Amino acid sequence: MTTAITKYLVGIGRTVMNALWRIGIGTRFLSLILLNSGISFSRFHLTVRELFFSGVMSLIIILVAGMFVGMVLGLQGYETLKRYGSESALGSLVALSLVRELGPVLAALLFASRAGSAMTAEIGLMKVTEQISAMEMMAINPIARVVAPRFWAGVFAVPLLAAMFSVMGVFGGYLVGVVLIGVDEGSFWSQMQSNVDFQHDVLNGVFKSCVFGAVVTVIALFEGYDAPPTAEGVSGATTRTVVESSLAILILDFILTALML
Amino acid sequence: MPSEALVEIRDVNFAYGHRPILKGMNLTFPKNKVIAIMGGSGCGKTTLLRLIGGSIKPTSGYVKIGGQVIHELDHAGLYAMRRKMGMLFQFGALFTDMSVYDNVAFQMREHTSLPEEIIHDLVMMKLHAVGLRGTHNLMPAELSGGMARRVALARTVALDPMLIMYDEPFAGLDPISLTVVGNLIKRLNDALGATSIVVTHDVQESLKIVDYLYFVAEGVIIAEGTPDEIRASDKPFVQQFVNGEMDGPVPFHYPGGDYQQDLKLKHTERVKFNKRKVTVRHFGPDRRQKK
Repeated sequence: MTTAITKYLVGIGRTVMNALWRIGIGTRFLSLILLNSGISFSRFHLTVRELFFSGVMSLIIILVAGMFVGMVLGLQGYETLKRYGSESALGSLVALSLVRELGPVLAALLFASRAGSAMTAEIGLMKVTEQISAMEMMAINPIARVVAPRFWAGVFAVPLLAAMFSVMGVFGGYLVGVVLIGVDEGSFWSQMQSNVDFQHDVLNGVFKSCVFGAVVTVIALFEGYDAPPTAEGVSGATTRTVVESSLAILILDFILTALML
Repeated sequence: MPSEALVEIRDVNFAYGHRPILKGMNLTFPKNKVIAIMGGSGCGKTTLLRLIGGSIKPTSGYVKIGGQVIHELDHAGLYAMRRKMGMLFQFGALFTDMSVYDNVAFQMREHTSLPEEIIHDLVMMKLHAVGLRGTHNLMPAELSGGMARRVALARTVALDPMLIMYDEPFAGLDPISLTVVGNLIKRLNDALGATSIVVTHDVQESLKIVDYLYFVAEGVIIAEGTPDEIRASDKPFVQQFVNGEMDGPVPFHYPGGDYQQDLKLKHTERVKFNKRKVTVRHFGPDRRQKK
């Protein structure tokens, strides 16, 4: 019995130590990226190229998802507001929900699933096929040449994608609320304009997106760079990217919201 | 080997954790020569290349390149040294998101400020040297294994390195590609005045192109010499390796436990006999698991 409890406690201790160890290595990895970021700006075309692959290529899924989330908000919001005779506040409800929470969070979650997993798989496969080693042997720092441009592309892409998500969401809410249900168009837009504060709502949302972008991208890049160079290793790393990124986004969202209120 | 040494490996020991890989290795690689390091899989050949490239540090001893101890160099010094080296990886390690042209041009763009017109001419010359000028617009995925290896060779010599390392350059090649790659290694070394280190276990192809060979087994050099000396050698290991014989000092089986035990052909059991516990040894298949 005592042995079983000891084994259980040792197992917990090992898991915690392993998690702390990985957080430490991940932090060191992030500092290496920041130290080697010069090339990402001096040769900005490298970052723009990655911005295209991670940002532009994610645009379709972001726009479609944003539209439908906005449409659902329009429907649900109208049903709730109707009970209190406040249908005219539909524009505010849709806009505030999207700009403050749903835009940054859902855009980051979609980015993690679509672009983050792709980054992990790409870097992991570069390791498997010795492309990273080849680069090191050519006296080219792979952190500076491969990792840092992807990191900054992620940091820039997520706020832009979140903005696009929110715009499409508002459009979706407008379609359902105004065009389909018949809420007054003037009150829809004027309520939104008067209730959405640029600094308190929009800038806070942008700040959240930047944090989510940095966290999701660094997790994706770290998992890829740290993946064992096998098929199983890369597949495991890709799964971990999606799981860890999703949890990190939701936990950070709570912390940031609590700090910003 | 009377020429001046470019690479010297002296008393090098190396271990992965508690598992020793290299034990007191001494090798010399003279300038303008092609030298092969041969041995069975897992004998430490690639580890030697990694030590020379500065990817890992020896547990003791040193690797000197051009008079500089490689593991004592700082990051900038190591990168400066690596600019004078080229390495051909086992499967080419071409950058899969770049065309053949961009792969060969990669180092030129990263390390020099040459105008694009000159880079174009240099890339075409390198690709012509490996017979693949016509593939410059193709992507690596569109090349055969042999062609990818030749493109990687063109990329390896892009900046005319003084030291070229080849990690299993003949692995998985058809006979024609194998001869082509072998000849290219020799021709490029002569043309560049470089030193080439070829890690391989292809004896016959190596004997055709190299100036000197080292045989490695279990982390030590067990034979060395020119191709003629190796062919004439009566050492059992060399004979087994050169002639590809199954029987000899190189074991076919990885060390393991008792074969009969693994097949469960005999087992022991503690049973009660006359109120005492005794050990009974059974022969034949163990049928206890079927119960």
